[in-house]
Amino acid sequence: MKTYRPDSPTIIEMFRRMALLKANDERARQVIKSGLIRTPYYSYRGQEVIPSAMSVNLTDQDYLCTVYRGIHDMLAKGLPLRALWAEIAGRVNGTCKGKGGPMHLTYPKKGVMVTTGIVGSSMPIATGIAWGAQMAKNGRVVVACFGDGASNIGAFHESLNLASLWKLPVIFLCQNNRYGEHTRYAKATSVAHIADRAAGYSMPGVHVDGNDPIAMYGAAREAVERARAGEGPTLIEAMTFRFHGHVLGDADAYMGKGEKEAAIGADPYPAFRAKVIADGIASEARLAEIESGVQADIEDAVKFALGSPFPGKEELTTDVYGAVS
Amino acid sequence: MSTNQAAKPVIIRDAINMALADAMADDEKVVVLGEDVADPEEGGIIGVTKGLSSRFGEQRVRSTPISEQAIIGAAIGASLVGYKPVAEIMIMNFTTLAMDMIVNHAAKLRYMSGGQTNVPIVIRTMAGAGASQGGQHADFLEAWFAHTAGLKVVAPSNAADAYGLMRSAIDDPDPVLFIEALPIYWKPGACPEPGHRVPIGKAHVAVEGSDVSIIGYSRMMNECLAAVEALCAAGISAEGIDLRTISPWDQETVLASVAKTGRGVIVHEAVVPFGVGAEIAAVVTERLFRQLKAPVARVGAPFTPVPFSKPLETEFLASPGKIVEAAKALM
Repeated sequence: MKTYRPDSPTIIEMFRRMALLKANDERARQVIKSGLIRTPYYSYRGQEVIPSAMSVNLTDQDYLCTVYRGIHDMLAKGLPLRALWAEIAGRVNGTCKGKGGPMHLTYPKKGVMVTTGIVGSSMPIATGIAWGAQMAKNGRVVVACFGDGASNIGAFHESLNLASLWKLPVIFLCQNNRYGEHTRYAKATSVAHIADRAAGYSMPGVHVDGNDPIAMYGAAREAVERARAGEGPTLIEAMTFRFHGHVLGDADAYMGKGEKEAAIGADPYPAFRAKVIADGIASEARLAEIESGVQADIEDAVKFALGSPFPGKEELTTDVYGAVS
Repeated sequence: MSTNQAAKPVIIRDAINMALADAMADDEKVVVLGEDVADPEEGGIIGVTKGLSSRFGEQRVRSTPISEQAIIGAAIGASLVGYKPVAEIMIMNFTTLAMDMIVNHAAKLRYMSGGQTNVPIVIRTMAGAGASQGGQHADFLEAWFAHTAGLKVVAPSNAADAYGLMRSAIDDPDPVLFIEALPIYWKPGACPEPGHRVPIGKAHVAVEGSDVSIIGYSRMMNECLAAVEALCAAGISAEGIDLRTISPWDQETVLASVAKTGRGVIVHEAVVPFGVGAEIAAVVTERLFRQLKAPVARVGAPFTPVPFSKPLETEFLASPGKIVEAAKALM
């Protein structure tokens, strides 16, 4: 088995994506708490490594299906900031004309095909897109993101079985953040590792530290190569932690004492930043420049969104059905 | 011409098969999936898809595991990237296992994406009591789907309409639930003209009359048309309307008919409370209140599960006698 390692430009690009994701989440929490935008918000802070390391292995033509805690997945896949923020703010120039919101962001131009608010439902549809890619023989792959809680829903099991049976080019990417809503992993899941469940569907199951960018890159790359080669699906279980609970405002009282603090203490972002500098891949100044660059892009997007118009009332009844030719 | 009078009559099952075969021949993006749909599994328990996998290959006609959620998910996903899947959910009660995919996803992705994506799938499914199957294999559940914005629901009563509606459903840019009725699969009718489309949303006035409008769809058209005949024999001129599409239903045709007759009876196999009949009766009453000569009547099943025992099952179903009785009560 090959061990794939990212080259220096890829490492810097992974860092850029992590910086973008982290800063975006921080700004989103701030804006939503200020009341400027009304929406439930599912923070992904702490989980930035996984989509950053996955997405550098994908092209714009590859597909993503993700879930309500998925803005990091979409941003890493290339969903533009202005359209993202305008959608979160419910404005007409958002990705979905303000009709989807943060739980249903869609942007097919960058392969963001479906975002679902239903736990587990990214997987049956991702499996179908992979079936389409297989029939079209276009070499594209599909990534289905979901959390640890979703591995207990029927959709997971039906999808893994079908994807394995038909050898579909799909990667089931479980972001195991140790809690399904307010319930800890061990109280809800019968196996030590979700990756173990892959054996039941005759596909590789990879348990990886989702906060280690280099390890995560290797696991992602291998699964993508396998899918592109027509060898079928892979289940990746990437271990991580969400720093801000289930939904913004969550008091996290269900967590063990010190658990969150320990996870935040092991924040992968500053750790990776320090490593990139220590390994001589980029200077501190270069990374600081990347950080201020993404920050400026985010500020531009926030300003754009808050200055954008809401959809007109006619939008209420459009896009329910298409025109019959 | 929608039918080929020179050709031998065909049964509904075979008309659907012809529609699928013609659509697959016309467009390589049309694919079929579901439990047992490929030929080695006999083309489904009824045999609707028989012959398709031999002709078009098992890449395009795929038998699936018994995984309703995965079947509809696969159809939705493939449709998002350019395919036109026709998915079979063997029995309408089994749609319950795929409701998240159908209602939360297929129906809503166009709207929630602001029109960036759409889900041009057809979901074929079979309903209908009368074959002693009891409570979980026979329900007509059309009202659930008709109540969901983003879905279309069709329910043909004869071979030509089955062919024409299936072709239109496959052409349609949105998800269409195509309801087949077990009791009428073997009902012969005029052979559909190849390529003919029956537009979705268009009812058919099967028999013209002037005293009362009998409105039905799917297998209940047999009962409706028998009732129309019996009423005519009793000196009551009844008009028989085959709705064909349940959502969006043809308000224009129904309202014109009831405006003419002043009386309406809506007939369906499903339970009466909160059913399709309630919606039609409400709209007819709202629009034609002053022209009505009597309240709009509904004939359907009592509010019970489908029973097993034969006399109970017979009692559960609407019949020509019950329809005649309801119509006469309006005179």
